[in-house]
Amino acid sequence: MISLNVNGKNYRVDVPDDMPLLWVIRDYLKLTGTKFGCGIGECGACTVHIEGKAERSCGISAKDAQGKKITTIEGLPQNHPVKKAWIQEQVVQCGYCQPGIMMQVAALLSESPKPNAEKIINAMDNVICRCGTHVRIRRGIKTAVQIAGKGGKQS
Amino acid sequence: MTTSISRRTFLKATGLTIAVSVTPFGARLLNASGKEEALSGFKPNIWYEITPDDRVAITVGASEMGQGAHTALAMIIADELEANWKQIKVSHGPAAKEFKNPIWDDQITVGSASVRGFYEPLRKAGAAGRAMLIKAAASSWKVPEGECQAEKGTVQHKKTGRNFSYGKLCVAAAKLQIPQNPPLKKESEFRYIGKAMPRLDIPEKVTGAAKFGLDVDIPNMEIAVFSRPPAYGAKPISFDQKAAEGVKGVSKVVPAPMGIAVCAESLYAALKGRDALNVKWDKGTHPQLDNDFIEKSLIGDLDKPGAKVIENGDAKRALGEAKKKVEATYFVPFVAHTTMEPMNCTAYVRDGQCDVWAPTQGQLVAQLVASQVSGVPLEKVQIHTTFLGCGLGRRAAPDFVVEAVIASKGLGKPVKVVWTREEDIKYDAFRAATSHRIQAGIDDQGRLIGWSHKVVSGSIMKDIAPEAVQGGVDFMSLWGLADFPDSPHDNRIMYDLPNLYIEFLISDLPIPVAPWRSVQNGANAFPIESFIDELAHAAGKDPLEFRLQHLKTNWRAARVLETVAKKAGWGKSLPKGQGRGIAQHSCFRSYVAEVVDLSVNEKTGGVKVNRVVAAVDCGLAVNPNTVKAQIEGSITIALSTALKEEVKFSNGGVKSANFDDYKIIRMNDIPEIEVHIVDSKEKMGGIGEPGVPPLAPAVGNAIFNATGVRIRRIPFAPETVLAAIKEKKA
Repeated sequence: MISLNVNGKNYRVDVPDDMPLLWVIRDYLKLTGTKFGCGIGECGACTVHIEGKAERSCGISAKDAQGKKITTIEGLPQNHPVKKAWIQEQVVQCGYCQPGIMMQVAALLSESPKPNAEKIINAMDNVICRCGTHVRIRRGIKTAVQIAGKGGKQS
Repeated sequence: MTTSISRRTFLKATGLTIAVSVTPFGARLLNASGKEEALSGFKPNIWYEITPDDRVAITVGASEMGQGAHTALAMIIADELEANWKQIKVSHGPAAKEFKNPIWDDQITVGSASVRGFYEPLRKAGAAGRAMLIKAAASSWKVPEGECQAEKGTVQHKKTGRNFSYGKLCVAAAKLQIPQNPPLKKESEFRYIGKAMPRLDIPEKVTGAAKFGLDVDIPNMEIAVFSRPPAYGAKPISFDQKAAEGVKGVSKVVPAPMGIAVCAESLYAALKGRDALNVKWDKGTHPQLDNDFIEKSLIGDLDKPGAKVIENGDAKRALGEAKKKVEATYFVPFVAHTTMEPMNCTAYVRDGQCDVWAPTQGQLVAQLVASQVSGVPLEKVQIHTTFLGCGLGRRAAPDFVVEAVIASKGLGKPVKVVWTREEDIKYDAFRAATSHRIQAGIDDQGRLIGWSHKVVSGSIMKDIAPEAVQGGVDFMSLWGLADFPDSPHDNRIMYDLPNLYIEFLISDLPIPVAPWRSVQNGANAFPIESFIDELAHAAGKDPLEFRLQHLKTNWRAARVLETVAKKAGWGKSLPKGQGRGIAQHSCFRSYVAEVVDLSVNEKTGGVKVNRVVAAVDCGLAVNPNTVKAQIEGSITIALSTALKEEVKFSNGGVKSANFDDYKIIRMNDIPEIEVHIVDSKEKMGGIGEPGVPPLAPAVGNAIFNATGVRIRRIPFAPETVLAAIKEKKA
């Protein structure tokens, strides 16, 4: 039995210790906003927050995720600046990679509320979008920074 | 998710339901509100329903894969209907021949055709609903229709200050006869069309709620993965079914023509089962195949005779008489689709019926193969289209549907077939690699007087529509250079070429090829637009001037070139080490020109694209928000092919396996992108793809401008650029 804390809720699931967290989240907790893209930590579609940091859920075993605070896209507050900015800037195309990308951005902004261009590139070079939404991701980050700056983070 | 076009569906309707029957010969409208008899003999292919709760539910046959078709199609109906945008909801319709896009005569979301295929019929459908709602209101108020006005989901009688919402009117309107030629709005009256409208699917996509194919979850469903041949034509020699079925969670091994399926309670167990299967494969049909073999084969085939595609005038004579003759050979490698959602499909075959849940671009072909493989009659096969985690042409093929149906039939339960990323890359049907040899002649005025062009590539149509390959010519493989004789798409070379000769040879490489965003326009524009640049320099002319000089009969192409040149500051000087390149291309009836500014590091060969400016003429831009997004996305994916992408092969199969060895563009390589939409009254063109083709040649032309080095092969990887620079210096 594996015990997990996801989006503030405690779950107990009967899965092998080495099952990647991604598949526990998707197939057992039925939180399908977190996506499978590559399985080797190259694309970032499976990004979640573990203890507030952006992590690839495909590369962490269920066992190693025990006892940690896990947040998925479903646990990102509805009024989170990144969500608002993504709608305002119309970032999304197919949308498959975006939950992971948004989790990456949310972690970046919590670490660094006003990231410079270099920090943005360093954080966002770790994710892949095939539709080519990159220029709007950049714009979305700027807008999210502004929204957060206006106290729009969590009401 | 269980909608089907049936009489039942329409009878369920509780308000005003408008159906449209679109054929290549025109549109017919139907008031389908609860009228069973009215449907006999009528084939609706898009409909919307207004219900008493003031909602407008629109059902479309086109797939939503990020291109924004659902929003744009809804905008067209909503505008003419005068609906309140907040009341609109769009969903995927089932597979049905009634949903055929008139441009392709198929229910298939390809070739940048959703909006241009349905624009006029949907305007009529919206306007018909508006006319009926006005009539219903006028008759209730006993006032002339002319005194009533539709506005944002209501009908108003301003004189008396009365109004009804559409929800209140829909039941009465449903009893009226539908006008076949309702009055349309003037363009100046458009409320949504032409405005940058927010997409309807974004709110559910940012919360993680949107359901893609991989998110499908059916009670009692199992997961299947396939063990697949490592080389082309390889067959299994042995495998250990017992060991695989002994793995905890594995329920059954199902051998199939394309591989061996392992069905299990979870993906984790299925993958463990696949490992335990321990399949031994033979060497396949082409054990010597690798990248070197491929390039030699395609370039070598340029010396073999091909099939004549086009012969206008006398290119041979013109070349003989030319003051200057230029010849060059170009090569474009195989590139993979790598949609972010790997291929997948869920099927449930039982009791004479078959349900398929698929992120598909081709519902009718999915339905057909599901019927053939399951043995279930076509009308009992339901296709449920989910959101697509990108399409790029890959999802028009039904291979993943076949697999899911085989697995479900073999297991007797619902099965979701999941491709890992490694399978998604290795078993892709790629954008066709192609070699081109071009010869052209220039007269003493610097005019292009003859053009002779030989192309070798795999045939795209060979598998999907073999009857369309005639006399050894596959126009889809030639798109960008030559198009079907009666094509309305302008997928052809646009320059004024009085003496033009084109020859084509189908490569015999065993590597499957398929449409890939813009089909072969994207691959073929690279040699064409690079070579035009070579000719401009040979003629001693500015590349923009030279192009304009040879586009006298194609003013739309000339106009986007002039626009982009002005916006990008063409002709203004750049610092040393930087270069600027231009290119244009037309496809799917839209015209795009792009200017690239870049820097080349002559020590490393590294190319850094700083800025891309694009001008597009797609006729009326229904949603400028998505038009810009599509051009931005096209530029980005095309830049990825220009700088990075090439599938690696070895030992007769695909070596590239995942994003660590099949590199695609990331944030560090993304330039500033500026998109200018030309105000155009011309016939509407497509927008999902036409931004792709000009980009790679514009990059190559800019590298030439920066370094004086002409590179006739993509990708412009640092080692390629560095070698070319060194060769020139030597």
